[in-house]
Amino acid sequence: MISQNILKVENLSKKYVSGIIRTIMTIGVLNVSFELKEGHVVSLVGESGSGKSTVANIILRFIEPTEGNIFFDGKNILKMNKKKYYRMVQGIFQDPYSSFNSFYRIDHVLKQAYSYARPNYTRSSRQKEFIDILTRVGLDPYETLGRYPHQISGGQLQRILIARALLFEPKLLIADEPTSMIDSSSRAGILNLFKELKQEYNITILFITHDIGQAQYLSDRVIVMKNGEIIEQGATNDVFLYPKESYTQNLLNCVPSLYRKWN
Amino acid sequence: MKKLSVEILKVENLEGYYKGSFGLVQAVDGVSFSVNKGEIVGIAGESGCGKSTLAELITGVPKPLLFHGKGQVFVNQSPIYIEMPQYEITKFNRKMIKNKVKKQKEKVRKDILCSEIGYVPQASQNSLNPVLKIKKIIRDVMKQRYPNYKAGMQMNIGGELILSNDHIINHLEKLGLDRSILRKYPHELSGGMKQRTVVGISTLYKPKLLIVDEPTSALDVTTQKILIDTFLDLLNQKITDTILFISHDIPTLAQICTRCIIMYAGKIIEMGTMEEIICEPLHPYTEELIHSIASFNPDGTAETELKAITGNPPNLREPPKGCRFYPRCEKRKDECRENEPPYFYPKGKKNPVACWIYKR
Ligand SMILES: Nc1ncnc2c1ncn2[C@@H]1O[C@H](COP(=O)(O)OP(=O)(O)OP(=O)(O)O)[C@@H](O)[C@H]1O
Ligand SMILES: Nc1ncnc2c1ncn2[C@@H]1O[C@H](COP(=O)(O)OP(=O)(O)OP(=O)(O)O)[C@@H](O)[C@H]1O
Ligand SMILES: [Mg+2]
Ligand SMILES: [Mg+2]
Repeated sequence: MISQNILKVENLSKKYVSGIIRTIMTIGVLNVSFELKEGHVVSLVGESGSGKSTVANIILRFIEPTEGNIFFDGKNILKMNKKKYYRMVQGIFQDPYSSFNSFYRIDHVLKQAYSYARPNYTRSSRQKEFIDILTRVGLDPYETLGRYPHQISGGQLQRILIARALLFEPKLLIADEPTSMIDSSSRAGILNLFKELKQEYNITILFITHDIGQAQYLSDRVIVMKNGEIIEQGATNDVFLYPKESYTQNLLNCVPSLYRKWN
Repeated sequence: MKKLSVEILKVENLEGYYKGSFGLVQAVDGVSFSVNKGEIVGIAGESGCGKSTLAELITGVPKPLLFHGKGQVFVNQSPIYIEMPQYEITKFNRKMIKNKVKKQKEKVRKDILCSEIGYVPQASQNSLNPVLKIKKIIRDVMKQRYPNYKAGMQMNIGGELILSNDHIINHLEKLGLDRSILRKYPHELSGGMKQRTVVGISTLYKPKLLIVDEPTSALDVTTQKILIDTFLDLLNQKITDTILFISHDIPTLAQICTRCIIMYAGKIIEMGTMEEIICEPLHPYTEELIHSIASFNPDGTAETELKAITGNPPNLREPPKGCRFYPRCEKRKDECRENEPPYFYPKGKKNPVACWIYKR
């Protein structure tokens, strides 16, 4: 089976304008084009300020591009109904704590999402699905439901947010640095969960990270960005073992690794 | 010929706890190790295992709510915690003893804490006062240590008399910082420059011991590498004698450290050379920690399968009585639940590991 393009990004640019009297223009991204094939994990890597989150936020329709188009399954995303769009495309973010209100139990976040995802639900089907979905992301549902956010770890909260996204049965996940605030010992669990989502449910994932090790572990392809532009993209092994651009080579040389010591 | 090693830092059975409305948290519990001249020693472990608390205790001026319990820290052979005299305190000698202890504390503060130890706390690059230029920040730091400091005065730095302005500029330049930063505000510097400035300020006195807590964590890899080269330079140029480098990121430690200490729930569970820790970890926790890292492999493909450590570290308000890793350990035995493991030295190793599987 030849996998289809699920997302196509064409000549995307975003200029941020700030200030009232003397306006300052910042380039968020410039002329960015790439495609995501169904069932692939694609990593977007680059240093701070290189435009990774800008790309994510445009795909998730939190901000509008200055120029360029994005097509999901062949349709221009700006012309699609937002509610319908979010059933297919979901986001996971860096700080799991900020997505929870500390006065509400974990259930609340899931229930809210559920009422969007399944408008005509019944209580018993909802409970059954919560238990099912929390088990899928590697949590004990009876231990988790009913707790408050501060009573569980960051890694577990991030799993709950992944479960929340899965309630929509999305085709595409945009994960913006989902592990960077999670302790390194539970990081591997989240990475493995993403692998499972890809292998078992054929979910396409845009994985945004500045951690080259995680990108290498998880992805089929990588896109390297710098100052808002794409420097290089290709299959993971091609880019990481035989980079074409000196920028990429230099970046890779600076990555601390267990397998080598600098000079 | 083997050089005689000089012990710059020695930590003996150190204990420290937080006390407040939340109760009592024994965050550092019986820690012992030493660091010799010329060494960079790493301290690693999960979030909350007590790395920063240990650093604070070694500086001798723990932050509010943190208290020194038992144990001693020697910097360049001198103890930094003054012990109360052994003889009985009575109504008549109380005042004299109090004065004596106060004098001793002041001497320790002046001679050791303020001149032999440099400390770069976690996230300190964000604590530079945003309304002061770097020049003023440096002046404030100098004033704290030399009460009658004036710009342009002569100073004695490591036995050398030098004009303070020249010294500051020389020193910053040694760290690759241009003198123009003195006229800048913190927000005008990039993250990496800010971090190097903080390191510069904490090493102005050529401290024998430099403690840095997660100095590279918020930086891009290219900036991280520059900072790590800066630390190596500090040692090569003999600005400092030893560095205690705290980081949860073992691949970063692997680039700079000679030895590494692994902490778990307030205790040291294993110590070894960097190579031993990475290639032949002994403690089941160290082993799992190493196997959970998605480390970049520059010459091949990534690890085929990473394993996460299941569960969470224990609550330090009520630590379990046996091995603290027991609930999460895949190699546990019955005796591990009831009895705390002592240190063993398996296979003629020099370095200790706290795990019952090495009992002979
Ligand atoms: N709301 C905004 N207003 C103005 N400029 C912005 C805004 N958001 C981002 N930028 C700028 O756009 C550029 C790209 O930022 P972006 O957040 O996309 O980078 P990033 O690759 O996600 O960085 P990081 O790794 O730090 O998250 C940066 O120069 C940033 O300062
Ligand atoms: N001010 C405080 N009051 C009470 N408990 C504290 C305080 N600061 C830290 N602790 C507790 O002490 C223990 C050790 O914390 P510490 O900050 O030393 O860990 P750490 O290893 O530096 O973690 P990290 O990697 O997150 O910086 C933790 O259990 C923490 O919850
Ligand atoms: Mg970002
Ligand atoms: Mg810390």
